Amino acid sequence: MPIQYYIILSMVIFCIGIAGVLTRRNTIIIFMCIELMLNAVNLLLVAFSKMHYAASLNAPNHATVGSEGQLFVFFIMVVAAAEVSVGLAIIVMMFRNTHSVDANFLNRLKN
Amino acid sequence: MSATYILFWFLSALAVVSALMVLFSKNPVHSVLWLIAVFFAISGHYILMNAQFLAIVNIIVYAGAIMVLFLFVIMLMNLNKETEPRKNIWMKLAGAIAAGSLLMILVSLVGQATELSHRNLLMKDGDIGLIKNLGKILFSQYVVPFEITSILFLSAMVGAVVIGKKD
Repeated sequence: MPIQYYIILSMVIFCIGIAGVLTRRNTIIIFMCIELMLNAVNLLLVAFSKMHYAASLNAPNHATVGSEGQLFVFFIMVVAAAEVSVGLAIIVMMFRNTHSVDANFLNRLKN
Repeated sequence: MSATYILFWFLSALAVVSALMVLFSKNPVHSVLWLIAVFFAISGHYILMNAQFLAIVNIIVYAGAIMVLFLFVIMLMNLNKETEPRKNIWMKLAGAIAAGSLLMILVSLVGQATELSHRNLLMKDGDIGLIKNLGKILFSQYVVPFEITSILFLSAMVGAVVIGKKD
């Protein structure tokens, strides 16, 4: 399968995530769109890892070529989990103070 | 048209439609459920590329843990109704135009790139995605980043408790 198919699919998902961040006001939806963008990047990393593996099939020691990409996806998932826990704690605290999850409440840090 | 292509198009359509529904549904709970559908479609892509470890971890961590956390927060705040204030229609239009033009530029760039023109990826063969190979590399070459990851998790846990506790 040509690599362009996966690149374009990930770009479509990534741009849907960007559109969500730009157009929605609910903080939780914005956060979910960030998760969508992270997943698009993960998909592209796995596709590139398989592309490098396919390119080096005839090389002498090809057994582990491309596995760094999949390990990087693993670390991205770890960072995403940590980010979600802290971010949702921030959203809960903001909801406790303002009784709203509207992102426009955050445009003034004072008061 | 082989079965791999049919599965690819089916999973891609599922992922894109579900991602659009995340944007367009007014109820946040429905958005979470559509996002879980996106994660399952992406896990299907991982299985299609024989990245079995990542497929399972994607389902367990994302669809299992993170989305349950989102659902808990939404239910705790009692947000499962359409209370989102109306945003200015011009702002929405500007956001959609910005994302659409970024997508157009990226797609035209990929179409012109000559380095990518004859590169193929190996779809359902190859064993770099299996747990055995990834575990060997993770615990030999990448053991220090793996341990730093645990410190990151500990600090995130402490941070979540400190931020979220009632003072």
